[in-house]
Amino acid sequence: MNHEAQLASKIATETNIIVAKCYQCGKCSAGCPLATDMDVTSSAILRLLQYNTEATDTEVLRSNAIWLCLSCDMCYSRCPNQIDIPGVMDLLRQESVRQGCTNAAARNIVRFHRSFLDVVQQTGRSFEMGMVLDYKWRSKRWFDDLALAPRMFLKGKLRLLPEVVKKRKEILRLFKRTLFLRKNV
Amino acid sequence: MSEINKRVGFYPGCSLNGTASEYKTSVLSLANAFGIELEEVPDWNCCGATAAHNLNKNLSLALPARVLANAAEAGMKDILVPCASCYNRLALTLHALQDESVRAEVEALIAKPLDAGIRVMNMIQFVQEYIQPHLDEKIQRPFFAKTACYYGCLLVRPHEVLHFDRTEDPQSMDEVMQTLGVGTIDWPYKTECCGAGLTMSRTDLVSKLSGNIVADAAERGAQAIVVACPMCHANLDMRGQQSSGKDTAPIPILYLSQALGMAIGLDEKQTGIGHHLTPVKPELLCAKQPEQIVQPEFKKEV
Repeated sequence: MNHEAQLASKIATETNIIVAKCYQCGKCSAGCPLATDMDVTSSAILRLLQYNTEATDTEVLRSNAIWLCLSCDMCYSRCPNQIDIPGVMDLLRQESVRQGCTNAAARNIVRFHRSFLDVVQQTGRSFEMGMVLDYKWRSKRWFDDLALAPRMFLKGKLRLLPEVVKKRKEILRLFKRTLFLRKNV
Repeated sequence: MSEINKRVGFYPGCSLNGTASEYKTSVLSLANAFGIELEEVPDWNCCGATAAHNLNKNLSLALPARVLANAAEAGMKDILVPCASCYNRLALTLHALQDESVRAEVEALIAKPLDAGIRVMNMIQFVQEYIQPHLDEKIQRPFFAKTACYYGCLLVRPHEVLHFDRTEDPQSMDEVMQTLGVGTIDWPYKTECCGAGLTMSRTDLVSKLSGNIVADAAERGAQAIVVACPMCHANLDMRGQQSSGKDTAPIPILYLSQALGMAIGLDEKQTGIGHHLTPVKPELLCAKQPEQIVQPEFKKEV
């Protein structure tokens, strides 16, 4: 893989976030609800980005952590230098998909996001049943939550037919213009 | 039913038309009881939620922008957004649109003009502004159960954009619940994330996070958890109870609108409390309907 524009400078130009501001106090990792489940913690990701080398950039893009980040903004609200870490994570995720180096353990997370947006692209709205079936098809995890479905149905939580916006063309055009391409991860 | 004297824009979002339909029911009945008509944004679409900002920045701005443009076209000024995730995405988009170049780009994506004069309100803000001033006189069934107010992440963060309440120890929902006569617990999980959008793809992690939240509330003596977000609700109601420990009785998870609805005497159909996986028993949470209370007869002293 070629080392394209270095990630830190790409982050700076596209989001105005300066990763060099991080002085490694570690408050973000300490407050992160999923820090113990991540292969690289948020403060370590910022450190790797500061190194500015091909090897460290690749390590970041290949991490599972960027996909586990919930964008709960706990790190951002505690950061003494107000670095928008979830904003960095968004860019890293998009870059990781673009360069085709998504972590194998994170594939189902990416599949789920794609299933979600597939339904929105088709109908303009999200539709749980369609999304779940689309996701099960992509991930082949047919048996997850099977016991939950009838209970949800009885409680009136599952809709059987999708709702569709009136001006579907506007939605399709919007998806086309944002260059969101359908691609199987 | 009372007379309609105010109209407020309303963006239900997809959850409220699907798995969280009881949230919509309760919000509409509550508004109606206070003389407010909620008018849906015409032909609204999904805000893109977590998936859009994870995979495509332009999409994460264009989807909410179309909703805002449609609302502006219909002449709406204030929009109530009961879903915390939608509220967060719409507010972040409004913030991003303050930049002229971003606005021009997004207008080109959606092929619609964007008006700056719109305000999005979350459920708590709506209650503070429209419900709380008239609440005292309407309370028929005061709460006696101790409740834990769970705000989650998206209602209060990022503060730089939302400017709403404190980021880690918010008080607004606690204050509303206290007007219902209820004691709210002080606890550290108020704004810890429930796991949000990983609920299908990493159920294990979501069960752990939601389980911790429910377990802590239970340990501190909460008899109900009150939320203002359909994702928080789904995760705590479905995933949180499984791993919160077998020896504790499941804690009902209520929407803020349902708690208020019960307190002002709306019935189960109007509050939709029968639709949760963890059963809600009103008799354990709030007083009986006043007309059902039998006045004790005192014997006259001889």
